[in-house]
Amino acid sequence: MACIESLKYEIILQGASFAECREYIKKHCKEQVTVNPGSMIFGKPTIGVPPILIGLDGDVLTFPYTKPCYGTYLLRTENSSEAARIRSLVKK
Amino acid sequence: MKFKSSHHIGRVRRQIIIADAKEKKEALLVLGCPQVPVQTGIALYLMHGLRKLGVVPVVAGNPAARMLVEVSDPLHHYVGEMVDLDTCIADLAEGRSIFSYYIVFVHNDAGVSYAATIQAITQKTVAAVLYGEHFREVGETIGFPCEKIAAKAVHNPMPLKKKIDEVLPWLVSNL
Repeated sequence: MACIESLKYEIILQGASFAECREYIKKHCKEQVTVNPGSMIFGKPTIGVPPILIGLDGDVLTFPYTKPCYGTYLLRTENSSEAARIRSLVKK
Repeated sequence: MKFKSSHHIGRVRRQIIIADAKEKKEALLVLGCPQVPVQTGIALYLMHGLRKLGVVPVVAGNPAARMLVEVSDPLHHYVGEMVDLDTCIADLAEGRSIFSYYIVFVHNDAGVSYAATIQAITQKTVAAVLYGEHFREVGETIGFPCEKIAAKAVHNPMPLKKKIDEVLPWLVSNL
């Protein structure tokens, strides 16, 4: 499991609200998975105002990530195993 | 007679221990980024108030926020256990941790996000301590069940201290 900080990620939005992150994911990602706050992504609990959306395009994940000092970022990264794990949450 | 008496004392002791376990209340204090000067001082003051009301404060925060508390209260007169923020959220989400009170320090959007997360996970009313230059605007973005303790406090903790003095006994009795 890769730590988010060590991933090669692209910053899509910076200082974004969760509503803005949701809107972006709805508009730009083929699949959307709703997760509960506290659900793990890349080994970190998801922080945010529910409903929290994670976008999927093949193996590419788009997801909000909050840091206490810097606010919320919308990040995009490619990771096949994590994409598969997030998809599996829908089937449960 | 002696046997009866010691048996009775043992039973009373057990009852006291059970009562203590039932009565033991813990508050989770979630600290934000320590960039606003009043945070650590107010957090320690709040811990002091909670202790006086019989509540043990547990602190979650990033390493810098925790270190400031550790350096300010090295003998843990006020602070109880200290936990990593991500570990704390994961433990709450998995049901490994449960507290009587959830108090989140909020001075920016990230603070609101942490408060929303804790409220959604625990389904309990969270108390948000709102402070900093933009406390009013930040507070207006809170759209979930929440008790707000709010004052414009950046360098001077007194406005927030006064609010805490006003509401803490109510908060401990009602949340």
